[in-house]
Amino acid sequence: MSPTTKNPRNQYLRTDRMPHIWCPGCGLGTTINCFITAVEECGLPLDLISVVSGIGCTGRIAGYLKLDSFHTTHGRPIPFATGLKLANPKLKVVVFSGDGDLCAIGGNHFIHAARRNMDLTIICVNNFTYGMTGGQVTPTTPMEAVSSTTPYGNIEEPFNLPFLADCSGAVYVARWTTFHVRQAAKAMREAIQKNGFSFVEIISPCPTLYGRRNKLGDGLKMMQAFKDNSVVCNDADTRSVALDFRGKIACGKFVDREKTSFLDMYNTKMAERFGPFYEPYEGVK
Amino acid sequence: MKADPKGVLTGAHFLDGDHACCEGALAAGCRFAAGYPITPSTEVVERIAARFPSVGGIFIQMEDELASSIALQGAVWGGAKAMTVTSGPGFSLMMEHIGYAAMVETPCVFVDVQRSGPSTGLPTLPAQADMMQARWGSHGDYEVIALCPNSPQECFDLTIKAFNLAEVYRVPVMMMMDECVGHMTEKVVIPKASEIHVEPRRYTTAKPEDYLPFKAEKNSAPPMVRAGDGYRFHVTGLTHDERGYPVTNAEVQDRCVRRLVDKIRANARQIIMLEESDTSDADIVVVSYGITSRVAVKAIQQAREDGYKVGHLRLVTAWPFPEKRLRTLASHVKAFIMPELNLGQMYFEMQRCVEGRAATYLLPHAGGSVHDPELIYQKIAYAARHMRVKEGKEKEAAK
Amino acid sequence: MTTEIKFGGFGGQGVILAGIIIGRAASILDHKYATLTQSFGPEARGGACSAQVIISDDKILYPYVTRPEILVAMSQEACNKFLPEAADDATVIIEEDLVKPRGVKPGMSVFAIPATRFAEELGPKMILNIVMVGFFTAVTKLVSHKSVRETVKGSVPLGTETMNLMAFDRGYEYGQALV
Repeated sequence: MSPTTKNPRNQYLRTDRMPHIWCPGCGLGTTINCFITAVEECGLPLDLISVVSGIGCTGRIAGYLKLDSFHTTHGRPIPFATGLKLANPKLKVVVFSGDGDLCAIGGNHFIHAARRNMDLTIICVNNFTYGMTGGQVTPTTPMEAVSSTTPYGNIEEPFNLPFLADCSGAVYVARWTTFHVRQAAKAMREAIQKNGFSFVEIISPCPTLYGRRNKLGDGLKMMQAFKDNSVVCNDADTRSVALDFRGKIACGKFVDREKTSFLDMYNTKMAERFGPFYEPYEGVK
Repeated sequence: MKADPKGVLTGAHFLDGDHACCEGALAAGCRFAAGYPITPSTEVVERIAARFPSVGGIFIQMEDELASSIALQGAVWGGAKAMTVTSGPGFSLMMEHIGYAAMVETPCVFVDVQRSGPSTGLPTLPAQADMMQARWGSHGDYEVIALCPNSPQECFDLTIKAFNLAEVYRVPVMMMMDECVGHMTEKVVIPKASEIHVEPRRYTTAKPEDYLPFKAEKNSAPPMVRAGDGYRFHVTGLTHDERGYPVTNAEVQDRCVRRLVDKIRANARQIIMLEESDTSDADIVVVSYGITSRVAVKAIQQAREDGYKVGHLRLVTAWPFPEKRLRTLASHVKAFIMPELNLGQMYFEMQRCVEGRAATYLLPHAGGSVHDPELIYQKIAYAARHMRVKEGKEKEAAK
Repeated sequence: MTTEIKFGGFGGQGVILAGIIIGRAASILDHKYATLTQSFGPEARGGACSAQVIISDDKILYPYVTRPEILVAMSQEACNKFLPEAADDATVIIEEDLVKPRGVKPGMSVFAIPATRFAEELGPKMILNIVMVGFFTAVTKLVSHKSVRETVKGSVPLGTETMNLMAFDRGYEYGQALV
């Protein structure tokens, strides 16, 4: 056997764009790695996978994956993905979004896409901070945590994203940390294979900004904390999985249910209305 | 390419401008629309919602205009011809994505049925006060195309034109309607599908390994690509090189943005549509657009009957602005008058082009109605009087 | 020649459709120019309802009605509101059971029809607008009888054509007898 000189994962990456811009210890590389595993295990043709991202550190994922990839505007990857999916439903459309992108500026799109059960997979890399702009508070920053815009500690109650996704109508909701690479990859695969709005939250370290300010140590130390503090509780009531500062991290698959997706609902309704002459909508011709 | 007969409602109809706009989109091959209800544009999306499902298209009412204006671009990159429809307050929200469309060169159509502002203003009454916003509303340097219909028939015709221009130049094209035109019902003749020219999307023929998604011939837009075709391309709103990869330096910024601007500026002559009457011998030219261009004709006809040497220049295309034509006219015309349903927007653009070689008069109107033709007539008479006084003084001085 | 017409009434009377039928008949079948505008304000969501139609042999440049030469009033409120702005020699067409015109100028001609009663005799009350359209056609002679009748047929819901044509004929005949 001849020694392999090329990383087999290179085929999924835009290697001509390396080195990437992320900091040492950042969880985004791990997230990409899990995603590639999920894609490999799905066996989907790569040409039919589109990745859409918003703005921020997580937003840069689209640019490093060698797939059809769209780096859109801040907070808007979900509506872009909605248009893309509806124009060509054969595509598997995956949205990568950070906590600020997804649930602050993009919060409205998130709940509405979940409500209408748009067939999209949302992977939220939650590192509790705005990394690209220098570590400001986000809607998921735990109470007490220090950020550059909450120098005396955060006083706002954060979003519990699995609960938000669940009560907005998502058909699949899971949370893992970047420590749980196998579980995270499996969750991403299940989410991708789900017909409807699926949501995976990845708790990820930002040692440069969030970790340092909150004295959580470097990337390695933060990973150790993920390992020590996480509790696997599959099927937990999503109301019970909120995160505290330095507290336990509830991980697992919380929601996995069947519901008719937007497009299936659309075709059923139109067939009902227009009768046998209705040609089911399968994308623009 | 000819229109797909499936979407063409051939015949003579009695339609309002909003409905005619929907029919124009269908004839142009639009099969995806995203929108959010807002007066006075709602009738467009209502008709779209009713019509699209039976012709192989899809409409989605999004949660807001931010979502609509980016969903439509997702659809375009998925292979659809797409548009969104709104009015002032929604148009304000869409500015972010007009910039995105300009930057990543998404061929798409934005319809703005203008109402009076600022803010909520007069939702049910007309204005032409979003004209500068259409041109400059998003941050950064870019160019767009904007068309101004003045009848339901033109809401049909120019919507097709808007889609065709979007495909050729890969820019967001604005249909700058107004409440009056949108809600006015008149005869609209929809030709046979075989008589409607539809610009097909120009997809790349390069092999995926050779393909550079943002490499274009000089002063033109690059060929398109769509998700799922195996090109594995990247699109970003960041300043990007020909590969579509983000690059952070002044040199690439210059190349990237200059091309976005040049592809329109260099082709302005091909893009610009004007209607002109009696300008060759005119001392005075009324410059107008949209609904105001109809009302102005009434005043101009009367003025000509009364012996004034007045002509009319109608901007069917507001952006790019017909700088050259105005400069040429300014060599013999002595006064330009612009009535518009705002307190001065396109007027200043006209004034810039005239470069002080003729008198320029603004006839403002804050919106809520259209100009009384009598006021335009009076302005013509006023301009003529001033012209004579000025000529008299010049003769005096020459003596 | 250019004629300005105003149709006024309250919601549910089919005021706008009456205007559309006249405009459509004039522009599509009689090959004249016709422009219809309507009021869309919050006031249009409640009771009052109006449509303005201009019919002309030439291109219509100014789209709004300023001095209606024909006023069709299907409610007292509409009559009160629009009569003062009508031309001195306007033709005023009213629903006689619902409208008592006040302030009619000497040069005006008033034509009255119990359209609601006729509608109820033929079917549902809501077809009174088509009775009015028939009456309008006979009284004004602005749009040809054939064109309007044809347009009525194509503008009403499928399956209600016969009833609506009867309503049109009833209004038309009643008008013919008056002029």
